[in-house]
Amino acid sequence: MAIEVRIPTILRTYTGGEKSVEGAGATLAALIDDLESNHAGIKDRLVEEKNGADDLRRFVNIYVNDEDVRFLGGLEAELSDGDQVVVLPAVAGGC
Amino acid sequence: MLTLDQATYDRIVAHAKRDHPDEACGIVAGPEGSDRAERVVEMVNAAGSPTFYEFDSTELLELYKQMWDNDEEPVVVYHSHTATEAYPSPTDVKLASEPGAHYVLVSTREHGNNQGPVEFRSYRIVDGEVTEEEVTVVPAPAAAG
Repeated sequence: MAIEVRIPTILRTYTGGEKSVEGAGATLAALIDDLESNHAGIKDRLVEEKNGADDLRRFVNIYVNDEDVRFLGGLEAELSDGDQVVVLPAVAGGC
Repeated sequence: MLTLDQATYDRIVAHAKRDHPDEACGIVAGPEGSDRAERVVEMVNAAGSPTFYEFDSTELLELYKQMWDNDEEPVVVYHSHTATEAYPSPTDVKLASEPGAHYVLVSTREHGNNQGPVEFRSYRIVDGEVTEEEVTVVPAPAAAG
């Protein structure tokens, strides 16, 4: 069953220009793997390896039903059918 | 080229001066595809730092949901540099994630919180490449349509 994932402008090259796509998974990690199987390359823009394990990239924000996943267990955040996932790159910089 | 009306320009400059010596940041939203910078949204710099800025993640989501509801997009993404020139730093370039936006940099290094001119420059940042563009300030908002 489907989870709607809102894709930011900068990652729409991976989704053929689509603003939102559907995916599946019981956790965020599983959802990202599912997205990767349909939109090759997108996982690397969301996840990086830290100390031998996958972790969310520091400057990518992912929200499940409007909650930042960093407060829901990160990649282990649990998902259910009908959840809405939003991906937004951080707006940040520094001199 | 970036075209801004005087009121929008003044609000960005006032925000940068007010938050000095910390970096100020925000956007100017406009109708999708219009390239019209119409609605200034001042954001809190969650980093609260003179050398770094970051939109708070919860406010970032609220901002984008608002823009989606209004069929808007970020036409301008602005921030200030408080001790260096108004040119995108390597970090600014690396983290730039709105290829369609005008990235405005304001430097308050000369006059800080006080009256006086600022450097006000605009850039496109696409795939790590920085291109400066002209900024034109017009007296009144352009007529709609």
